[in-house]
Amino acid sequence: MKLNAGILTGATALTFLATAVCAETLTIATVNNGDMVRMQKLTNDFTSKNPGIDLEWVTLEENVLRQRVTTDIATKGGQYDVMTIGTYEVPIWAKQDWLIALNDMGKDYDADDIIPAIRDGLSVDGTLFAAPFYGESSMVMYRKDLMDDAGLEMPDAPSWEFIANAAREMTDKDAEVYGICLRGKAGWGENMALLTATANSFGARWFDMDWKPQFDTKPWKDTLDFYIDLMNDAGPPGAPSNGFNENLSLFQSGKCGMWIDATVAASFVTNPKDSKVADKVGFALAPDNGLGKRGNWLWAWSLAIPSGTEKAEAAKKFVAWATSKEYLALVAENEGWANVPPGTRTSLYENPEYAKVPFAKMTLESINSADPTKPTVDPVPYVGVQFVAIPEFQGLATAIGQQFSAALAGKVSSEQALATAQNLASREMKRGGYLK
Amino acid sequence: MARTISSRQTTVATIAAWFLAFLMFFPILWIVILSFKTEGDAIGTPFHVLTSGWTTEAYSAVQERSDYPKHFMNSVIISLGSTFLGLLIAVPAAWAMAFVPGKRTKDVLMWMLSTKMLPPVGVLVPIYLIFRDWGLLDTLTGLTMVLMLINLPIIVWMLYTYFKEIPGEILEAARMDGASLKSEILYVLTPMAVPGIASTALLNIILAWNEAFWTLNLTAAKAAPLTAFIASYSSPEGLFYAKLSAASVMAIAPILVMGWFSQKQLVRGLTFGAVK
Repeated sequence: MKLNAGILTGATALTFLATAVCAETLTIATVNNGDMVRMQKLTNDFTSKNPGIDLEWVTLEENVLRQRVTTDIATKGGQYDVMTIGTYEVPIWAKQDWLIALNDMGKDYDADDIIPAIRDGLSVDGTLFAAPFYGESSMVMYRKDLMDDAGLEMPDAPSWEFIANAAREMTDKDAEVYGICLRGKAGWGENMALLTATANSFGARWFDMDWKPQFDTKPWKDTLDFYIDLMNDAGPPGAPSNGFNENLSLFQSGKCGMWIDATVAASFVTNPKDSKVADKVGFALAPDNGLGKRGNWLWAWSLAIPSGTEKAEAAKKFVAWATSKEYLALVAENEGWANVPPGTRTSLYENPEYAKVPFAKMTLESINSADPTKPTVDPVPYVGVQFVAIPEFQGLATAIGQQFSAALAGKVSSEQALATAQNLASREMKRGGYLK
Repeated sequence: MARTISSRQTTVATIAAWFLAFLMFFPILWIVILSFKTEGDAIGTPFHVLTSGWTTEAYSAVQERSDYPKHFMNSVIISLGSTFLGLLIAVPAAWAMAFVPGKRTKDVLMWMLSTKMLPPVGVLVPIYLIFRDWGLLDTLTGLTMVLMLINLPIIVWMLYTYFKEIPGEILEAARMDGASLKSEILYVLTPMAVPGIASTALLNIILAWNEAFWTLNLTAAKAAPLTAFIASYSSPEGLFYAKLSAASVMAIAPILVMGWFSQKQLVRGLTFGAVK
């Protein structure tokens, strides 16, 4: 009996040791935001279902993360088994064969459930290279009480003309209430995300089909003049240095009548813990100009597997878990439906419980109204709504963003800013071999 | 009369010094204040920040989410390790340059200093590739080596400046008494130079502790020090100001305490040869 007990104990210990020795550790590089932090808290669910896989997290601010993972993947450093990347990186990296295709995620994964606009943005030639963790577009968030006071009613799909008129009507600078808050801080993911998306609705484009820059065209002039005039009349002071967080703070403290920004902000402005105006917020689609395109963007933070990893199978299991329908249900169970990562799966928006979330419908409609392959009125040679998916874009758009931010601050005229943008883009396109 | 003017000048200088000191300290003070606020209050106007309630919830959140002791220990190991290794190389090097200068000693010193003028990002990819091939990515060994190398010019320069103040005759006397090179450096030079070596070490510990480019780029999960810990709380899209401030306070507190207790040595180290 004693011998049997000894054998049993030994066998158990050996099994435990063997599991520990065989355990694979996945290193996951991720961006610091509420949804990702929530995922880290819930990973016990994954590790309990996959006892042979341990997880290590590297959480970084998005610009640091981008620099870090780009260095690693370009040099095949092999530091990460799963990387969080955006819709900008996916097509570029996939074409370089830096990412593993994710077409075989298992029959339970239901890849067809991923919202088509998001899936298209993460695919190259029909092959999915990253699984969306959360998706976002941009939309109008507005104060219903101020809109009522102005005697106006926000349509579900407003025009820029309506937005400009409403912003001017709602502005009361003496009471520190500004009709509209928009990004002004320079950066390819800051003011250029807003302005590129806005320019699409004005019929502007970055390049024509021959990759010739288009900043010297009328639609860009109209876009920039409209933006500057509107912000001067109805924007808050210090707008040229305002990004997402600054505008969020202004809106939450009741100083903005309208704010056009990421749909993910909806959960912040309707959270009574942080927002003074939580019960007064309405939502509408991003504006258009009657040309068939709205001024909203499309972005998805997604999980991708670098081709250099030696733990591809374990990494796929993790990506499948984190981007599954079951994960969305797990978040809802632990944190409530309002905290479920939005914008990735059609079935989420068919769920009657999620439909009760006030911004759910408008988020889905915003995402569906963006088309990364046909972002603007005229045809373009690139993919991307608020960006151009070429490696040169980050540096170029940040340089142009500085010009547009300076124009908003009144340091240069819109003509000068656009002329400089045209020169910068022409030089970069020649250097990159796009223009002969 | 002259005494009155002198007193007034002293008062003005004292006020100016306090004002400047306050200006320099203000960012740290503000970070400490923000770390005791809720996320909603932390992003408000300065008046709102000062008048709103106080809480330790940001510290609790940081404590819950991150493995602070691991990052802290990594910072301790790489800052102490790189400083120790640097001193091992720099003491003999500075001795040679100070007491047995050659024709090109000044050029060598300038060349060493010039390596600090190169933007680190310019050599990121080659160093990253070397680290990858040698298996040093995300290791404390690799990080200690690279921090030692980037701070070595400063260590050599500081020790060289300090050694130059020591009369060469004392070392000559030791040699005449039959001291070997090793004995001369270990038993004659080093004891006299202890204050200088200590202040050099302190300054380099601080530089290594605060180094953020290489520590962020060459680490992932295992060797990440406190700089990576801070970076994990920054976000352009979401409210993390209070948590970021709390993480910053937790990261700088140990080095601030060390700096406070060793400020005399630090000032001495930074003003070598300033007045002659």
